[in-house]
Amino acid sequence: MGTKFDLSQILEDLENTSTLEELAAVLVQLRDQLQIDHITYHWVDGAGDQYGFTTYPDAWDKQYRDKNYHRIDPVILGCFQRFHAVDWKQLNWSGKAVRSFLQDAQEHGVGNQGYSIPLRGPSGQFALFTVNNTCDDAGWQAFIDTHGRDLILVAHFLNRKALEFAKNRQPETTRGLSPREIDAMTLLALGYSRAQVAHSLSISEHTLRAYIESARSKLGAQNTTHAIATALSRGLIVV
Amino acid sequence: MLRYLYADELHKFPELARGMFRDRADQFKTRLGWDVKINEKGEERDQYDDLNPLYIIWEEADGSHGGSMRILPTTGPVMVNDIFGHLTGGKPIHSPLIWEVTRFCLSRTASAHTAGAIMLSGGEVMEGFGLTHIAGVFDARMIRIYRMIGSSPVVLGCEGSGRDQISVGLWPYSAEDCNRVSARAGIPRELSRLWFRTAFGNRAQHRFALSA
Repeated sequence: MGTKFDLSQILEDLENTSTLEELAAVLVQLRDQLQIDHITYHWVDGAGDQYGFTTYPDAWDKQYRDKNYHRIDPVILGCFQRFHAVDWKQLNWSGKAVRSFLQDAQEHGVGNQGYSIPLRGPSGQFALFTVNNTCDDAGWQAFIDTHGRDLILVAHFLNRKALEFAKNRQPETTRGLSPREIDAMTLLALGYSRAQVAHSLSISEHTLRAYIESARSKLGAQNTTHAIATALSRGLIVV
Repeated sequence: MLRYLYADELHKFPELARGMFRDRADQFKTRLGWDVKINEKGEERDQYDDLNPLYIIWEEADGSHGGSMRILPTTGPVMVNDIFGHLTGGKPIHSPLIWEVTRFCLSRTASAHTAGAIMLSGGEVMEGFGLTHIAGVFDARMIRIYRMIGSSPVVLGCEGSGRDQISVGLWPYSAEDCNRVSARAGIPRELSRLWFRTAFGNRAQHRFALSA
């Protein structure tokens, strides 16, 4: 497996992409530099929509979808709700259905080794970045030791980029605010100072800060003013 | 022993989890007088506990909670940015290789080595997951404790003074620190690594190996 992997070049190439196709081209390049079999980027958003890119054979991609393998795939189940990267060997591959899934995968050209990086985005987005190869355990361990950290950086950078494309692809899904967040944002929209809002809601300014921040993050806003404007325009608060 | 549990795994250890949230109430509300919320069960929880964080818990020999801390990646909502962002020079800490530790807590009956054991787990996490740093918010009294444990942070910024001083700091990964903390806590690295591997299942199953 390769050593000619220039992290800053890959990040720069990713930065310069503006479509999923261009992104995919960079990943193919990365795969070739790393001299591994496959790279996959797979995302499931809050609404269950799937999006992504894989170098796995089309037949496997289709088989995976047709058979709804995401429901039993140990990689998906083992990474969902997690934030640490996982070597496939750490996952639970026991059980009849899982064993036949694994056999099916290998017959379709999926390598025996994998390393998957879970990614969490806003609005319940969950994505996985996976590198896959055919080799022995020692060789794979050495590969992960050498490239694991760089791959985590690539994965997060890639996900940020893909999220940018997705924003353009579909109208942003609106996300509700909690009652406390609505109270805080409403009072701020009315022109209250933070101290006044905290006092009115009988909470500390630190707690208020957390409510404002969570509202800001849910709304995808740059700052508090942007968050208030967004909440008003979406009708989430009324003043 | 050290247990590494994501929030959605806590139900497997109900006593341990209850003990952790109660000891957090005892430490942060009763003893330190922080502005934290205690629920009707006497447990301290906040909005970050809803984000499925990773908890590292020292479990006493009788199964009870001895101490713990909470971890979240800085790529998502974290306290260092959301609440103490003004202490990091206006630039948020945002890296997949930096995770935040909060709610470092010790039970009243914790032994002298518990704090060191929990700190050591931070080293295992950094080593095991290839992190460059751990970020954290701490009060003045912790500075001396960290020094005694054998791993002091690089302080990025502080506010307040005396006992009420709050700081944001970074612990860079250092193999040397890990070994020092391990020696002072009286826990061999092999044992600590074993607990880590037990949690994250790094026992090679060879199911994938070509040779198997």
